[in-house]
Amino acid sequence: MKRFFAQFYIWLLLIVLYAPIVFIAVFSFTESKVLGNWTGFSTRLYSNLFTGEMHGGGSLMSAIQNTLVIALIAATVSTILGTIAAIGIHNMKGRGKQAITFLNNIPMLNPDIITGVSLFLLFVFLHVSQGYVTVVLAHITFCTPYVVLSVLPKLTQMNPNIYEAALDLGATPFTALRKVLLPLLKPGMISGFILAFTMSLDDFAVTFFTRGTMGLDTLSTYIYTDARKGGLTPELRPMITIMFLGILILLIIINLRKARAARNAA
Amino acid sequence: MNKRSTWALPYVIFLVLFVALPLILIMVYAFQDGNGHFTFGNFAKFFTDTDAIETFALSLEVAIENTALCILLGYPAAWILANKNLNRSAVTIVLFIMPMWINALMRTLATAELFHMLGMQLGKGTLIIGMVYDYLPFMIYPIYNILEKMDKSYSEAASDLGATPWQVFWKVQVPLSMPGVISGVMMVFMPTVSTFAISEFLTNNKIKLFGTIIQENINSGMWNYGAALSLVMLVIIGITSLLQDNKKDVNEGRV
Repeated sequence: MKRFFAQFYIWLLLIVLYAPIVFIAVFSFTESKVLGNWTGFSTRLYSNLFTGEMHGGGSLMSAIQNTLVIALIAATVSTILGTIAAIGIHNMKGRGKQAITFLNNIPMLNPDIITGVSLFLLFVFLHVSQGYVTVVLAHITFCTPYVVLSVLPKLTQMNPNIYEAALDLGATPFTALRKVLLPLLKPGMISGFILAFTMSLDDFAVTFFTRGTMGLDTLSTYIYTDARKGGLTPELRPMITIMFLGILILLIIINLRKARAARNAA
Repeated sequence: MNKRSTWALPYVIFLVLFVALPLILIMVYAFQDGNGHFTFGNFAKFFTDTDAIETFALSLEVAIENTALCILLGYPAAWILANKNLNRSAVTIVLFIMPMWINALMRTLATAELFHMLGMQLGKGTLIIGMVYDYLPFMIYPIYNILEKMDKSYSEAASDLGATPWQVFWKVQVPLSMPGVISGVMMVFMPTVSTFAISEFLTNNKIKLFGTIIQENINSGMWNYGAALSLVMLVIIGITSLLQDNKKDVNEGRV
């Protein structure tokens, strides 16, 4: 009985939570411009999305492209910068370490809008014209702390003697780094990279303040401007549906694998 | 080994330039007028502007209500999900976590469209419901995480010693899960108090929150006033983060 109520609550909550996306998904199969207005089954919005023949021209496509390219660059640079930094921080002591950890926490604790406004003021102050480069720099700023925090625990767990042993056995510091340290840090780097990538994909506020006035759009800023103009581009409906399904399938696969691995280990 | 502490140097320079300096600039701009002279005028303007003060109060109210609702709805859900007798499926957990991975603007837009279609009047009601939609997963996940990792022997010991299930829940499980609740509060309250786009979507621009005012000022070139408002928000955030003494929880809740 208790189990029934528990399951009932969980599924009720899920149905309510997922109602909007189901609604979008259903209406991605009709052509009408206004949501909620069913004008017969059609997959035209889907084909439009792939051929690029859509309402509002190709600006949605370029926004998607910008989003992915920026996320890729930001995540890659953050992973490299953050990993090197984590090795440095791990080898530091006392005040200096505290100070860096404190600074490293700020972008994570700060609300996006503060990060955005503060970086906007920085670029104004330095007279840097804002666009692609400033957006990428801003994304690296809020992504790197997550990489640092993903890699640091791997360093703490590591037995320092392993690295020393490699050096004693004649490895150069570079070989020791490549053959001993990096493989041990890899899981942390990968989860840091994934985290950074998704943070960047998801960002709206920071991009909004640092993109300048040259009309650079990522998916978030595109949606924002689009929705403010009153009408949502119909092709966003199939796109939202595809993204939801893609991420859902990915997460379910990852989690089922994890569960299976845990069961096998036990 | 020690020499490698210098590896942190590039990142230190980066942090000073892109984290410390920008925050200092907020303070500098906040205390300057348009000509770069020192002034308290921006703050005087804020505290005498009843509209701005009302918006500020409303933002706090909405953020508190949203956080409270998320705890109320999210704690039982997290508890059930973490309880192996009540929930065996890993898929339900994924379903709760998934929205965290989707662009918040998209989710909000979908919610707003649904409200619209249901014929709901967009306003404060839809604003709060929509925010609960957006932020509930961020409350459930950290609480679930901590409940799931909790050593079950504490609860067993309590019931062996004669505690009723209700007492076990309130006296053992709830206190032990507080770190999860606190990081949930951080992940819900802070974004809500500082949001701007989400509130615009959910109320069709009828209700302005504090974030919207900051954005409008910055975008219309009123940098100094915008910086002063940002500083006010930073103070609120600073007070909230005092709640959380253990910074490690922040990243634990995230992945």
